[in-house]
Amino acid sequence: MSYDTALTVFSPDGQLFQVEYAMEAVKRGLCCVGVRGKDAIILGVEKKATSKLQDVKTIKKVYQLDHNLCMTFSGLNADARILANQTRLQCQQYKIYYEDDPSVDYIAKFTSQQQQKFTQRGGARPYGISTLIAGFSNNKPKLFQTDPSGACSEWKATSLGKSAKQVKDFLEKHWREGLHEKDALLLTTKALMDVVESGNKNIELCVIRKNECWFLNENEVEELTKITAQLQ
Amino acid sequence: MIDFDPSTFGLAHTYQKEDKDEINTLALPSAPQVIYKTLNGPTQINGGNKLTNFKHGTTTLGFVFKEGILLAVDSRASMGSFLSSEQVRKVIEINEYLLGTMAGGAADCQYWLAYLANHCRTYELKNGSKLSVAAASKFLQGILIGYRNSGLSMGCMIAGTDTTGQHLYYIDNDGMRLKGDIFSVGSGSTYAYGVLDNHYRYDLSLNEAVELGIRAIYHATHRDTASGGVVRVYHIHKDGWTKVHDGIDVVDLHYQFAKQKGLVGDGDEAKQRLF
Repeated sequence: MSYDTALTVFSPDGQLFQVEYAMEAVKRGLCCVGVRGKDAIILGVEKKATSKLQDVKTIKKVYQLDHNLCMTFSGLNADARILANQTRLQCQQYKIYYEDDPSVDYIAKFTSQQQQKFTQRGGARPYGISTLIAGFSNNKPKLFQTDPSGACSEWKATSLGKSAKQVKDFLEKHWREGLHEKDALLLTTKALMDVVESGNKNIELCVIRKNECWFLNENEVEELTKITAQLQ
Repeated sequence: MIDFDPSTFGLAHTYQKEDKDEINTLALPSAPQVIYKTLNGPTQINGGNKLTNFKHGTTTLGFVFKEGILLAVDSRASMGSFLSSEQVRKVIEINEYLLGTMAGGAADCQYWLAYLANHCRTYELKNGSKLSVAAASKFLQGILIGYRNSGLSMGCMIAGTDTTGQHLYYIDNDGMRLKGDIFSVGSGSTYAYGVLDNHYRYDLSLNEAVELGIRAIYHATHRDTASGGVVRVYHIHKDGWTKVHDGIDVVDLHYQFAKQKGLVGDGDEAKQRLF
């Protein structure tokens, strides 16, 4: 009997195969990196044009959830869009209920809750993405990771997708507490450039500060990749 | 809040259902599902069944000053011209950092403030951080707007302390929520305002503030028949709240203040002043 065709069936050794396969989809997704600095968090994603005719700069893979809260992902693009929209709505809903901005913890928990819901009911498949959610709570920067099983954890720096292990090793060697925005930005770019196909058009970067998000445009990314290439 | 239910996806009959764009609707806060029955039809503003005709017979007041917030309330409950109690507790201790005052329907205030306490606790456990005073009062407003026109009668103040300081909000059954520095609610509020507005300053000391609160409530109870009993005083500061006075009888206060004015009480006040 195969235990992997239905979501709601555990295998004899306690695995939910559909969830595992969803995590497999994430592992094959394009790479994304998150780095927590002292006064900013950097999210970087790999973009890939499927053909030369596609306009790469219109692919936006870092979603802004609130004025100082952003999310990026590895895995299925469409699933990310849906989850981001639900989370954006939840941010506004929270504001109507409570007047305050939701904390990053709350939003990360909400996102992982949504992902968990789809691991326990029949008729639907899990979301095929792991997300990185970055923002400020109580003036402290926070970076969270969620995955298709609904798990949610806080990270100092992490990466998802293809070559995630390579990037994580790099980050483990070079990340330190209290990085300034510029240094964190350089670290993220270097980490991504190691694994991404050459060419600045393939990277999207976003800096999340206490009260705003800065999405780097094409020229800024190009400048950054040039600086990073010279560093070692 | 919105619940995205995956079980609707796999069912064949969902395709026949109206394609509600659930994902893009912003739901207004929905009132919790409580069955609310009105006695003899909707509550009328004037007249109506005496048992459901609440006239906000009370005096409660609160003001913000440099040492935090002072709340002072009376303790009388009346059902029309019948005095049901002189010892009601009109300050509801929601939790260690939030207080609510009661005016209007006692049951409504007690129940919904207890509900708010429950919600605050659940939020704290789930999210690891306390709800701010703004958030708690906003949540209560959301509930009351859901029950608008259902006959709830509440004029309460939410006062508390959080990471941004001490704050005072007024919430009523119409769904109004006001942030302010001085509030007085109830049938005796006009008398209390008179005294409060006369002597209020932001830089009152704690003792002066307590004295002002007591005096304002006393004057309200003296002239308003629906207010009386004892005065209870609470102080909210950055570490939570303290009960300053649990019950000073307003009758005692009357003679105390009269003595301060030099009135001896033999019934011949006019003669006193002539000689």
